[in-house]
This record gives sequence, structure tokens and C-alpha cells, in this order.
Amino acid sequence: MNIAAAAATLPRRFRPGFWTAIFVVLFLAFCAVTVIRFTKGLGAVTNLSNQFPWGLWIGFDLLCGVGLAAGAFTLTAIVHLFNLKRFEPIVRPTILTGFLGYAFVIVALLLDLGQPWRIWHAIVYWNPHSVMFEVAWCVMLYTTVLAVEFSPVVFERFGFHAPARLIHRLITPLVILGVILSTLHQSSLGSLYLIVPSKLHPLWYSPMLPLHFYISAIGAGIGMMILESYLSGRAFQRHLELDLLEPLARGMVVALGIYGLMRIQAIRRNHAFGSILEFGYEGKMFLLEFSLGVILPVVLMSFRRLRSNPDWLVAGAFMAVLGFVMNRLNVSITGMEAASGVRYLPSGMEVIVSLGLVATGMAVFAFAVRTFPIFPDGPLASPKLPGTGA
Amino acid sequence: MGMGLLIDATRCIGCGACSSACKEQNKLPGQVEEVLTAYTWTTVHEHEGLNVRRLCMHCEVPTCASVCPVAALKKTPDGPVVYDAERCMGCRYCMMACPFEIPKYQWDRPVPVVGKCIMCAGRVKDGKPTACAEACQYGATTFGKKEDLIWEARTRIRQKPGDYVNQIYGLTEAGGTSVMMISSVPFEKLGLKSNLPADPPAMRTWQVLSNIPDFVGVWGVFLYGVHWITARREAVAKAANHTNGREDRS
Repeated sequence: MNIAAAAATLPRRFRPGFWTAIFVVLFLAFCAVTVIRFTKGLGAVTNLSNQFPWGLWIGFDLLCGVGLAAGAFTLTAIVHLFNLKRFEPIVRPTILTGFLGYAFVIVALLLDLGQPWRIWHAIVYWNPHSVMFEVAWCVMLYTTVLAVEFSPVVFERFGFHAPARLIHRLITPLVILGVILSTLHQSSLGSLYLIVPSKLHPLWYSPMLPLHFYISAIGAGIGMMILESYLSGRAFQRHLELDLLEPLARGMVVALGIYGLMRIQAIRRNHAFGSILEFGYEGKMFLLEFSLGVILPVVLMSFRRLRSNPDWLVAGAFMAVLGFVMNRLNVSITGMEAASGVRYLPSGMEVIVSLGLVATGMAVFAFAVRTFPIFPDGPLASPKLPGTGA
Repeated sequence: MGMGLLIDATRCIGCGACSSACKEQNKLPGQVEEVLTAYTWTTVHEHEGLNVRRLCMHCEVPTCASVCPVAALKKTPDGPVVYDAERCMGCRYCMMACPFEIPKYQWDRPVPVVGKCIMCAGRVKDGKPTACAEACQYGATTFGKKEDLIWEARTRIRQKPGDYVNQIYGLTEAGGTSVMMISSVPFEKLGLKSNLPADPPAMRTWQVLSNIPDFVGVWGVFLYGVHWITARREAVAKAANHTNGREDRS
């Protein structure tokens, strides 16, 4: 859907303003970087090197894009498998977030892969010994599952009730498939780093990395649900579903708490407490990540009074998400720098691509909630689709 | 066990004939560079008064081959770890994962591939030594059957124990390699990794990956079981309500 069409459906107060302008600028810059990337090569746009072959696009776009989509499988399991139907109203926006997260990952991969036009090779040439092979299959299959899970929303909007009913009937196997694929995928991103015991810093390396990634993704996925309820509440003057988000925050505390203990245990097993006390580069980054992203949200969100206060709730969720992003960047960048012998900082163009993708994701989300019945109160603005003439 | 290379740092004079021969044999563009790149597959560096070659170690259980999602990297029975540029999609996981940091990328090309020493796999298959071994005039790089090379290395160390560290680098590193080195100076001082575990890194991911089929079955049954129980509970609750309602009315 193009921007003009999206803009045309906006109510008056969303007519091109500050944020729209930022989005357009970022999007154009993103396109320009894409052109340079495919004419001059990866070296011309990134700070990647032979010493540091994976950078921001893997650390942020791939690892965080997938992780922050974890809300979708968590919530569909809560609603459809654990049968806690009262959470139903936030299922659709969460699935949409998951789908956009995966779309974001795929676009980023198309830029990061040296020869993205060969991406189908993963389907044809198998290597079941490769974690990357598992990752590739999980991306493909789970994106499909998310699209199918979301499709009834689109069918409903256009009045195709038969396919929507069919998917509704198949929802249990679909959700189970989604949870299995997500469990494999979230953990496999941690497994990617199992292969570098001599390179990844002991503050982050652990044979339990797959489990660390899985559980922290559940915590951050819940954090994302709270954050996006807050953001869409602000943008569309909707009330915050506090009665639903408060118990979710409790789940977040449990997930982050288990994760935090596992991390401490892993560091103890690696005898790496010393490197925190040394207070070097890695030690400082770890302390920042762990205190802000695990300890603080767990402590704060343990108080019912704070969980029930929208400001504190959102602050706690924000810290969990931020801590999650810091963790993935620390595993993929900070923790790998010492062994590589170089310092890596993303180039301006790498940052533009990541920001451009985030901005596009948010714009598509905003467009979708105005057009489709995603929130319980229906499309959030008068849904004038281009071509309907209404 | 296949073929291999024995590199004796005490014999190398640093002439660089191996690097030039490699460039020629593999038709790599440009001059020999200071460090390994996608276009320079072997270099010679001075450390502690010794000249040390850098090249792919050709692991027995190559980490690069285990991580490649499209199996573009393969260990051949002859010994060389070869690369199929036609398959590679450029994820660069091999570069990330290689414990010796050998695979390099063509960052300057719009259609890039990986570059690394392939132990002259074509020549080796034809029964010829690698180009670097053939070019070496000083016996610093020897090509041969791996078991013969281990024997040779042990003989040299035993005959002149004062001239060598009593270790063959590559015998156990990352599960053992087809390229081995001996030296008069501890290997970590020569810029070689000394912290490599003796078990191949590939085993660490395989331990996880090999459990996936079982996991899918167990997790799927568990999740369905949860659904079954909660749905049954709801149905029972509904039925109970229903009967209660009728009794009230009657």
C-alpha cells in the first residue's frame, strides 16, 4: 500500500505532520541506501569487515525483530491453548505486530545477505547440521502461519466469511504449529552463538543460550504487547486495557525473573563475575543491560500498585524491551568485539536502514488499525479504502 | 585420514613464494596482501623472529561446513575443505563461526562470494601437491598423507627437542585439522589461537539440532494436551450451568 493511499485515509488531525515527515525522509533514505548497497556492495554502505562480518542488521533487525514478535505466540497460546479468553481483545494487534516483525526481518535479510536472490537455496540445498538452516525454515514457516492467523481480519473486512470460518475452525492446530515454530526459532537464534565458545565473551556465552533467548523473548514479547497498547492508545485516544495488561505484566515478571536467574547461573559457571568487577567495556555493558533490562523491571513490576498505574506499567515494559534489545546487541556485537580484535560501530547508512524499517513497520501498523477491525472497537478511523469510492 | 600440510615455522624464511604461487594457481586478482582477504588466501607474518603462515586449517570436522545453511562448504575425503560459490547465498555464518577466522568476503563487489584456501583440491585429487608446497624451496611447507606428516613432525621434534615446542598445532585444535604446524616458540605468541577446545565446535550445535524431531513431537502433544484439558473443563462447566438452569426453571 503506498503512502499517499495511507495518508488519504487519515482523519484530519493526522494530516502530514512531524512524524509523517520523519517517516517519509527515513523511507527515502532507506531506498537510497538500498540502491548503493546493490550497486557498490556491502562494503560501501556498512562498517562490516572480514574481522566483523555480522553487524547491526543481524544484531538489531534480525535478533530483535524476531524476539519482539514473541508476543504473538505467547498470547495465542494463552488465549487458544490455556483458554484464557479474556485476553482475546488484544490478540489481533499482537499477531499483527508479530507479522510485521517477521516482515521486517525478511526485508533486513534481503539487504544483509550477500546474494539475496539465492535465498531459496535454503529450501533446495539442505544442511540439517546448520542452525542457520533451522532459522531459515522457521522464518519461512512462521511468517506463513502468522499471515494465516491474521488473514481472517482481512477476509472479514472485505466480507469473505467462508475462508474466515475455515481458519477459525483450524485455529487450534494452527496455534500449536505457531508455538512450536516460535519455540524453535526464538531458541535457535541463541543456538547460532553456541558455535563460538572461543569468541563470545563469557558474560554472554553459555551452553544454555537457546533457553536464554527463548525465555527472554517471552518477557520482551509481553513488554511489547503492553507498549503497543499504550502507543496505539495514545495515537488514537483509546483507553488502555489495564485490566488485561496488569496480569500480563505479572507474566513478564515471572519470565524475566527465571531468565535473570539463568543468566546469573551461567555467569557463575563461566567464572565470569570477575569481568563485571573489573568494570571494563564488557562489564559496563553487561551491568547496563542487566540492571536496566532485568533487575529494575522485575523489582518494579512486582508491586501491584505500580503495575496498576499506567505510567509505571509502561515504564516497566519499556525497560524490559530496551533490556532485551541491549542483550541482543551485546551478544552479537559487544561480546564478539574482543575476539575479533576490532571495534564495530554501525555506519550511518546501516542505522538508516534499521530506522527506516522500524518507521515503515509503525506506519503499516497505523494504517492497518485504521483500515481493518483489529482492535475490539473496530477500525480506528472511518475506513475509506482507495477505490471503494465511499 | 586424507592428505594434509605440515608447516615448520623454524624452516620458513618468509620469502612469500607460497602466497604468490597460491595467487597464480587460484587466479586471484591483485598483489599479495598483508592479511588474509577474499583475494589473498595465504600470508606469511613475522612473529618472535619466526615466519608464520596463515591459511585455512582444513578441520577434520569443519565448523564452516557445519554452519553453512546451504552446504556450500564441504570436507572432501582427500582432506581439503572446499567451497561451492554457486550455492552460497552470503549469510557469512562461516566467517562468524570459523574458530581460525579464515573465510573472507568480497565486500567490494555487488555480487560477492567467500574466499578461502581450498588446499588446491583439484591438484590434490590429481595426486599433485598443493601449489604452496610445491613452491616452497626450504621444506617449510610439506604436503603428504596426514598420518605421514604427523610421524614426520614427531620425528623432527624428537631429533631436535631444543629447537621445537613439544606440540603439534592442529592435532587436537577444534577437533583436529589437516594443516599442522610446529615451531620453536609457543603458538599463542605466533598469533595462533591457543584457547580452542579439543571437541569440534560443530558438536555443540548438533547436540541441540539433533533433538528437534523429538522436541517437536513432545511439545506438540503437550500443547494439544493443554488445549484438550482447558476445552474439556469449559465444556463441563457449560453443561453444569445448563443443567442447573433447567432445574431452577422446573
